[in-house]
Amino acid sequence: MNITDTLKIADKEFTSRLFVGTGKFSSTKVMREAVLASESELVTVALKRVDASYEEDNMLVGLDHERINLLPNTSGVRNAKEAIFAAELAREALETNWIKLEIHPDPNYLLPDPIETLQAAEELVKKGFVVMPYIHADPVLCKRLEDVGVQCVMPLGAPIGTNKGLKTLDFLEIIIEQSNVPVIVDAGIGAPSHAAAAMEMGADAVLVNTAMAVSKNPIIMAKAFKKGVEAGREAFLASLATINKNAEASSPLTSFLYE
Amino acid sequence: MSSFQDTFLQYSWDEIHQSILAKTENDVIRALEKSKRDLEDFKALISPSAKPFLERMAQESKRITKRRFGNTMQMFAPMYLSNECQNICTYCGFSFTNKIPRKTLTDAEILKEVDFIKSKGFDHILLVTGEANTTVGVQYLNNAIQLIRKHFSNISIEVQPLDQDEYELLKTSGLYGVLVYQETYHQEEYKKHHPKGKKSNFFYRLETPDRLGRAGIHKIGLGALFGLEDWRTDSFFTALHLHYLKKTYWQTKFSISFPRLRPFSGGLDPKVEMTDPDLVQLICAYRMLEEDVELTISTRESETFRNNIVNLGITSMSAESKTNPGGYVVDKQSLDQFEISDERSTEVITKMLAEQGIEVVWKDWANNWE
Repeated sequence: MNITDTLKIADKEFTSRLFVGTGKFSSTKVMREAVLASESELVTVALKRVDASYEEDNMLVGLDHERINLLPNTSGVRNAKEAIFAAELAREALETNWIKLEIHPDPNYLLPDPIETLQAAEELVKKGFVVMPYIHADPVLCKRLEDVGVQCVMPLGAPIGTNKGLKTLDFLEIIIEQSNVPVIVDAGIGAPSHAAAAMEMGADAVLVNTAMAVSKNPIIMAKAFKKGVEAGREAFLASLATINKNAEASSPLTSFLYE
Repeated sequence: MSSFQDTFLQYSWDEIHQSILAKTENDVIRALEKSKRDLEDFKALISPSAKPFLERMAQESKRITKRRFGNTMQMFAPMYLSNECQNICTYCGFSFTNKIPRKTLTDAEILKEVDFIKSKGFDHILLVTGEANTTVGVQYLNNAIQLIRKHFSNISIEVQPLDQDEYELLKTSGLYGVLVYQETYHQEEYKKHHPKGKKSNFFYRLETPDRLGRAGIHKIGLGALFGLEDWRTDSFFTALHLHYLKKTYWQTKFSISFPRLRPFSGGLDPKVEMTDPDLVQLICAYRMLEEDVELTISTRESETFRNNIVNLGITSMSAESKTNPGGYVVDKQSLDQFEISDERSTEVITKMLAEQGIEVVWKDWANNWE
């Protein structure tokens, strides 16, 4: 791949377009090995899982690597006010102004609340955060978030944890077409082929967690996702060959030009 | 503040021109078969290599247009308010140095013209002037819009470029859309055709759509005047402009027009001819690039051309237009900006459309919401 094909978000450049989550792994050790195998450079950590009072919190130790940037997320908060509070705690605890904004008041499907998310995003941008909002694949919401200054958008492909793939495909296409900030497909990606499909469409990156963490072999699966993302990206850059559509015979529309 | 100028300056006219001419048959086939097309595909579709595929392009353009717009045609009427102009434009009948009687409509005259246009059924109107900031400045335009607001659901203007705050003012009075054609994106050629007057400032004109976008104007109309320079290269830059604007002002609607140089008294012959097949190719290429954009055809074009083009991607048209101030009733003899070609009445045009299964849409806006 072209060495200059990097993804820039705020002041950081990423070589890998695979972002990974750190929940649901069987052990911190497996999580670390999977993350390293994925070669991901941006790794999300649920703030609620981090115990700041613990000098050597296992999870963070597991992620201590020069390649890895930590992206705290606000998972567990139910509204904008809580999200802002959580983001400020995360900035202090993890010494980063990057925040993955997740507000899901619904505890079952963990679907993001668009209204609270927009409010929190606006406030957090003003407070100097690099805001990465997890949202529905809603093109208008994406533009509204872009207008308030978020650094990327993270629309879902399917409900989180379902491994169903790109159920929101038609809306993701519109979002990718319209967006002026990177589009990272988050949630629902259950197989490397889903990740490849998202990248072929022109997504800037994908975020994967469950499919890797609950695989029988998370480390091999991490490598498979890495390859899937790279294959999809390369296909996008090379412009996919098109499906041949045979023109239907119908009455000529341009014969008047030659009469 | 960033604007289209930053994007524009990254491109070279000659390189774009060469890259369009270099497009191959394979490039055209690839563009034809894609479902979402980009600016490289657009180049292929307007290239000479696409000429053998014109019928296929027409079928595709028709299919997309029907799917997105149905069997409808938005109608509008232009109303010329003034032929006063301080610009010298080599191709225009209103040019400052042309010795013609100058006329600017009074309130009473405007309302007389309005009565006639309304009697034909029109509810979307386009107000047109030259550029004469003392007589036909913002105050004049603002007054005209307020005067006619209750008579039309949708009011657009095609006048001199204005500042952002001026557009904001006109919007509060009921302005919906603004058409501002770059004429040509070729800087040196632009200078030659606009040697004097405010219009000679290429970049002020180029950045007008940015000011419109910031002012929240609902619709922005773009276009190049074909005949001044190579139509393919000018069309690429228009498409690039549209692409930039769509990404930057996501709440704005856009339209494209295709004016070809028409004769007028003391006028200029086109430097680069654009044939009927060329124009069909271009209209289809725009539709295949931008499925949602409004494509407009005026009465500059011939009857036969208009009868056929209404099925190929066009979604908005005028009829029975007069291009002189007061031309409908007040002063039928005042000098035209250019000669129109399709002089058929609105009734005849409506009938022609109906026979092709196209329903005329007169009203598609409400101007009392804001």
